[in-house]
Amino acid sequence: MKKFYRRLFTAVTALLLCAFSVQAQAQVSGKVTDAESGESLPGVSIQIKGTNRGTQTDAQGHYSISGTTPATVLIFSFLGKAPQEITVGTKQSIDVKLADDHRTLNEAVVIGYGVQKKKDVTGSITTISSKDFQKGTIQTPDQLIVGKVAGVAITSNSGQPGVGSTIRIRGGSSLNASNDPLFVIDGVPLSGSTINGAPNPLALINPNDIESMTVLKDAAATAIYGSRASNGVIMITTKKGKSGAPKITFNTNIGVGKITKKVDVLTADEFRQYVDSLGTPAQKALMGKASTDWQDQIYRTSISNDNNLSVAGAFKNMPYRISANFTNQTGVLITDNLKRSFLGVNLNPSFFDNHLKVNISAKGVISKAHYANQQAIINAVQFDPTQPVYDSASPFGGYFEWYSKDPATGTVTLNPNAPRNPVSLIRMQDNNSEVKRSYGNIEFDYKFHFLPDLRANLNLGYDVSQGSGTTFVPAEAGQQYTVGGQNNHFLQKMNNRVGEFYLNYVKSIPGIKSNINVLAGYGYYDNKTTNYNYPSYNAKGEVIEGSEPKFPLDIPQNTLISYYGRLIYTFDDKYIFAGSIRTDGSSRFAPENRWGVFPSAALTWRINRENFLKDARALNDLKLRLSYGITGNQDGIANYSYMAIYSTSSNSSMYQFGNNWYNMQAPAAYDKNIKWEQTETYNAGVDFAFLDDRLRGSVDAYWKKTKNLLNTVPIPIGSNFSNQILTNVGNIENKGVELNLEATPVEKGKFSWNVNFNLTLNQNKITNLTAVTDPSFVGNLTGGITGGTGQSIQIHSVGYNTFAYYVYKQVYDANGKPVEGVYEDLNKDGVINEKDMYRYKSPAPKVFLGFGTSLNYDRWSLSTSLRANLGNYMYNNVASNFGVRRNILNPLGLLNNSTTDIYNTNFFNNQYQSDYYVQNASFLRMDNLSLGYNFGSLFKNTAHLRLNASCQNVFVITKYKGLDPEISSGIDYNLYPRSRTFTLGANLEF
Amino acid sequence: MKKNFLKICALAAVVGFSSCTKDLDRMPTNSTTADIAYGSLQGYKQVLAKVYGSFALAGNNGTSTSDLAGIDPGQADFLRLFWNAQELPTEEAMCVWNDPGIPDFHNMNWTSNNVLLAALYNRALFHVTVANEFLRESTDDKIAARGFSGKDAEEIKTYRAEARFLRAFEYWVLMDLFANPPFVTEKDPIGKYIPPQTTRAELFKYIESELLAIEPLVVAARNNEYARVDQGAVWALLARLYLNAEVYLGKGNGKYTEAITYSSKVIAAGYSLKSDYKGLFLADNNTANPEIILPIVYDGVNTQNNGGTTFIINAAINGDMNPASFGVPGGGWGGNRSTSALPGLFADRSGATDKRAMFYGDKPEIVDVSQFAEGLRVVKYRNVTSTGVTPPAPGGSFSSVDFPLFRLAEQYLIYAEAVKRGGSGGNETTALGYLNALRERAYGNTSGNITSYNLDYILDERGRELYWEAFRRTDLIRFEKFTASGYVWPWKGGVRDGRGVESFRTIYPLPATDLTANPSLKQNAGY
Repeated sequence: MKKFYRRLFTAVTALLLCAFSVQAQAQVSGKVTDAESGESLPGVSIQIKGTNRGTQTDAQGHYSISGTTPATVLIFSFLGKAPQEITVGTKQSIDVKLADDHRTLNEAVVIGYGVQKKKDVTGSITTISSKDFQKGTIQTPDQLIVGKVAGVAITSNSGQPGVGSTIRIRGGSSLNASNDPLFVIDGVPLSGSTINGAPNPLALINPNDIESMTVLKDAAATAIYGSRASNGVIMITTKKGKSGAPKITFNTNIGVGKITKKVDVLTADEFRQYVDSLGTPAQKALMGKASTDWQDQIYRTSISNDNNLSVAGAFKNMPYRISANFTNQTGVLITDNLKRSFLGVNLNPSFFDNHLKVNISAKGVISKAHYANQQAIINAVQFDPTQPVYDSASPFGGYFEWYSKDPATGTVTLNPNAPRNPVSLIRMQDNNSEVKRSYGNIEFDYKFHFLPDLRANLNLGYDVSQGSGTTFVPAEAGQQYTVGGQNNHFLQKMNNRVGEFYLNYVKSIPGIKSNINVLAGYGYYDNKTTNYNYPSYNAKGEVIEGSEPKFPLDIPQNTLISYYGRLIYTFDDKYIFAGSIRTDGSSRFAPENRWGVFPSAALTWRINRENFLKDARALNDLKLRLSYGITGNQDGIANYSYMAIYSTSSNSSMYQFGNNWYNMQAPAAYDKNIKWEQTETYNAGVDFAFLDDRLRGSVDAYWKKTKNLLNTVPIPIGSNFSNQILTNVGNIENKGVELNLEATPVEKGKFSWNVNFNLTLNQNKITNLTAVTDPSFVGNLTGGITGGTGQSIQIHSVGYNTFAYYVYKQVYDANGKPVEGVYEDLNKDGVINEKDMYRYKSPAPKVFLGFGTSLNYDRWSLSTSLRANLGNYMYNNVASNFGVRRNILNPLGLLNNSTTDIYNTNFFNNQYQSDYYVQNASFLRMDNLSLGYNFGSLFKNTAHLRLNASCQNVFVITKYKGLDPEISSGIDYNLYPRSRTFTLGANLEF
Repeated sequence: MKKNFLKICALAAVVGFSSCTKDLDRMPTNSTTADIAYGSLQGYKQVLAKVYGSFALAGNNGTSTSDLAGIDPGQADFLRLFWNAQELPTEEAMCVWNDPGIPDFHNMNWTSNNVLLAALYNRALFHVTVANEFLRESTDDKIAARGFSGKDAEEIKTYRAEARFLRAFEYWVLMDLFANPPFVTEKDPIGKYIPPQTTRAELFKYIESELLAIEPLVVAARNNEYARVDQGAVWALLARLYLNAEVYLGKGNGKYTEAITYSSKVIAAGYSLKSDYKGLFLADNNTANPEIILPIVYDGVNTQNNGGTTFIINAAINGDMNPASFGVPGGGWGGNRSTSALPGLFADRSGATDKRAMFYGDKPEIVDVSQFAEGLRVVKYRNVTSTGVTPPAPGGSFSSVDFPLFRLAEQYLIYAEAVKRGGSGGNETTALGYLNALRERAYGNTSGNITSYNLDYILDERGRELYWEAFRRTDLIRFEKFTASGYVWPWKGGVRDGRGVESFRTIYPLPATDLTANPSLKQNAGY
């Protein structure tokens, strides 16, 4: 938009120069600056009230206007800023600071294949721009908008550096296909596939390059992305160059992180007491003499450092922006480290009098990681606290391990049932990986010379990456002792290509008060991965027998081809109708099911434009939005599952005839009829703004119905080459209400206070799961837990939430203690069996809230953001697996530690299926608290400096007894703890 | 320039986007279609390897893959599941593990939700489905159409007969354990199809007819490659089927004469007892073993898995027992041991007189079911060769011991039992000779020989000879002792002194998962 100002500025200045022959009476001059940044504002229009005379500020923000009298009122106005009126009086010099206008209605909003003015938007869309992003140490783009958008739940998967998040827009619409939203960067959709060696694909995008993120929620907004839109779309717009002198921005921050909580386990003393009082003599003899807090041994203070340098400006007619970033982050788990270097270039030249605009973007990143063995996290919980970390007699690299030594032969046998020493797991594994990725696009946007209302847009994108790495474990390490250590290598390459072409025709027809906007396009998306197969090696570099790969590589590939069109018709600036249709063809389906059609329709009524509201001055905006559409989903399913194919078995899975071994040639289960999953979305929303935009917001209600659910279901055994298959069966529904409120309660002189709040109610329900309605069908078990093998704790059942816990109802004694193995006979048949299991709660919050506020006084700013989830439950698998006597006094010749929960339950055996372990995990978390100080202009106006200090993950209030109440799967086990981080940052511009 | 740009645009649009829809026909890199897989004799043999390998392995790509879902791949192979279902609810074995499904066996309170029973049922029917696929692709028409003739075509026909045998074997398993399973053959399609349920009696007829039909089509006894089906295997399964006919077809419908006929055919085919009993269960039991009729083969390198004999060996020992001496230096899982009733079958459980008694430990009584040291451990299987060498295996826990699915000793015992139960075509003198042949091998001399026998002796002798070979449940049912309160062992029915349980438990329930998926199924009585 600023580009537009600058062009306007040039044009208007030229005009004014010509007209500058008016007679002089008195003269006023001065400078106009931005109230927030202190930067000078060029191109501000200064008008003498009541006349059509005026001027503009120059490139340095200076102006001078003559012909004024003391009674003259000057109007200073600038797009996006609140206009000011100043009476000249006796002053000859008037400096003005212009503050941001809250009138955001004319802001451009990014939509699929285009932009719209906010006032005209027909879909449910939320944009968060860089000034509202989360502050502090931000590792991945999704973290920028955590808690900022109603209807969007972002849960970081753990505290590991660079780790990804689980992002759910309006609940999950699928059971077995992907529930992740589509990411679109500068118009180029990302494939969503992950490259080995990087913690997650979004970690390969530099958050500092992002200008804004826009979340498309309802079908009116997303259906133009057709088959990939069921889970919502997040559009990322990267920063671009602006005309003018080069502006250099340097950001740096340093962060220090520490874990906030450890899993509550028995101390060495408590453990000794427990074993002494209950153990057999043999078990007592197993205890060591040390007192080790294993969790202290594996965690440390993490340090992160993030430096970003960007240069933006214009070279002749070509705006450019170049950015470089280096991030070095250590994890709280010892040895964990992630180093990333980013380089990004944006060029935006225009040709033929701006008829042809070209946007070139190229981004590169190299990410180097040292991964700590995360098995250590859970082993530190369960490892015997009376044992030392080091044991000089140990043949396992000097680390204590559970082993026995045959006194006669000296043969050492490692107890195969024992956990390995957590410190050794980390210290004796060297796991390094490197990922290189480059992505970018070139976009040609051509406005036809003979028909300027018609635009052709060609956007070609690429995304190539390569991940490689090695894992080395010495032969003597306990973790790979039986195979003589490990020295493995991996290599994966990915090559994704995108081509889009569309024509867009926009025409205003004032005669009939109409505006039409028509779009027609074509898209081609191809995702190809090359996996190189290597044998496994031991530490000496010898091939582990049977691990030689049968094939040197594998190249999974899928392709999507699309045609799409959209019409937006606006009548009288009051009624806006939008309709879109897209058809997608996917290589994942058989030719007869390949193409899916995804339409949408939306209607917007700008109520405040009606005459009857003309006089309601407090009302700045009132808009009703109604939409309906169908979107699809095919992500997260296998590439070739519709084909009858045979696969050759690996070299460790051969069968012997005579003296020869044969690789088996096996048919695989397939569903030749597999096709698109379809989600219908109804949405009704109201946008409003009152009191000069001081209070603004929106309310949306939605209803999403998914049919032909891609669902892994049991099939009649004998009818295919498996007992279950991914097929289209079942329906689920999500219903919800979203509220978004922003307010500026105080804005007075140097002081301003902003508040934003969002609330989401979401309820999901499975309405059908089987091809034939069967009331006796309990559901599909899901949510595997640790302990025993093949145990699940969750179920998908008709009439219940997805991922509901499926458990027995625990019976408690008079003191409120759970009674081991005693459950309620829910069906009253006198027998406690699986028919007494019931569905109890689920992991998804029923309500989630986000709250943010910022206080600005002069150069100081203080802001915080908080988030709450209510009604979400967690299965405490740490307690259910370790908090039993059988675990401490283990029958397999070792001792293990337990959580302190054992004092409450006194369970002897694991009671995995008890609802006792399903615990309320509602929480309130302060994500961020930050304080900033703006030094303003320094060094004679050549530089601007801002400093800020922030704390992330400030506190969590919850009743949940485990480590952290926020785990999106709802099963708590082996969680890499999220740390509390303190960050100091500086931003320097010159 | 403007025009050029337009031209470039148009060109890019045309070149870039035309004929792209062909790109939607993507093919996997390393997988093939049926026509390619069956394109050569070698290809047929590799599919046949899957039909056989479905016994030994849970999946296609190493220890962590399974053809079937709903169970950990380490537990998903046929033998481990079959062994659990046949041994754990009897006096021969009891497991300390608390994994889902396992305690149900010795408690004898399993339900249709037992994951291990569901997995066994699924595995058996998966095996049937894979065999059906092979049969669909090996019809005369198909092999002619693929250009096979002469010797190659004959060879494929032999494969075909073997696939029919393996299918018949799995149907026998399903009939014995689940009685009334769904029934599918190569005539049924893959895809949206509901297999109809069959009955035990119909299945008996089908298995019998299949085995009789393939008898002339398979290779003569002892003339096929090692580990492949021959006439000996067909006869051996027929003999086992007929011996249990009264269980399957109801009282009075015994087929003991046929049992004698077919066990005699096996016995006459030239098999002989391996000289030392111990050698039957060692890592080189694939060589110099005239007794094995059909094995399931394993190899620590080429056939890696956590089921099969790897499971039987590792679950039977723990770290205190020097796992290296069992050929599994990286193993010893500490799971299964015997109840005191198993060593109780031996007058001397030390192994000094009857060498078949191979036990470890000194506490035969189980007081605390979670203590592996209580109850004698069974050390019958060892992953070492007769010369004491441990075969290679990454990780030191995978076994190379082949499992004897059919061996001559069983046929001797079938003959003797069938004679005693009134079958004709045999006599007690011959039967005594067979029984004493087993005794002489066990004792190393004639000191253990007998001069007469009754049916109870047969049951006990089967226990001594065939323990931990996945026979016991079937045997106890045939002798009407499996659920009876008159024949109990420690912890039978989940109580220390043992107790009788409901008689319907001689048949396992059909799994709840398939009852849901397949509306044609009716649950077995009692469940």
